Amino acid sequence: MKAHIAIQPEPFDLAHEVEALSHGDVGAVATFIGQVRAGDGLTSLVLEHYPGMTEREIARQVEEAGRRWPLLGVSVIHRVGELKPGEPIVLVAVAAMHRAEAFAACEFLMDHIKTEATFWKQEKRSARTAWVEAKPSDDKAAEHWK
Amino acid sequence: MKLLYFAWVRQKVGKSEEDLALPANVTTLRDLALHLRTRGPGYADAFANLARLRAAANQVHVGLDTRIGDGDVIAFFPPVTGG
Repeated sequence: MKAHIAIQPEPFDLAHEVEALSHGDVGAVATFIGQVRAGDGLTSLVLEHYPGMTEREIARQVEEAGRRWPLLGVSVIHRVGELKPGEPIVLVAVAAMHRAEAFAACEFLMDHIKTEATFWKQEKRSARTAWVEAKPSDDKAAEHWK
Repeated sequence: MKLLYFAWVRQKVGKSEEDLALPANVTTLRDLALHLRTRGPGYADAFANLARLRAAANQVHVGLDTRIGDGDVIAFFPPVTGG
């Protein structure tokens, strides 16, 4: 299985990533993009991560997804740095022969990125900056795959 | 050993990394966290509630009961919030 994992400040190009995953046997590509939600006066999100561990952790999750489903390729791109409302944060793209495994693996990867990949978000508003708290609902989502 | 701090742990401690000679009475991550707590007000604040902290040893998530050695790279951080 082809796996592409990148942590970067730059935006990503969905069409390019899907194109890179597409070859003869691929019948389905499921993609998920997480974006910065506006609202409650948010001016930006600032993301930091643990360089080295983050890539390792995501690679481990991609391998686990590859054991669970017959996948043909995976691309995970996660941005870091300062991002404005509406900007994309994360892309998970999964290529397979059929849609069921592509959808399932895409959700599996997002649920585990949320709870295990070493990223931390700060929310900036006009008057203050605050760290985002982890959500119990994210732990539950990851838990149901066990 | 090398210590790394991320997010609000880094802010409270006031640095992102440091080297530490493993103190004689420290064998687990919990021991280490309790030792760090005594190093000053910033550390005391960062390590006040161990239930709010997560840790990694050599880039792998581990629990606070994990045994550690002098050659380890230990990271302390809050629960992750990416995605």
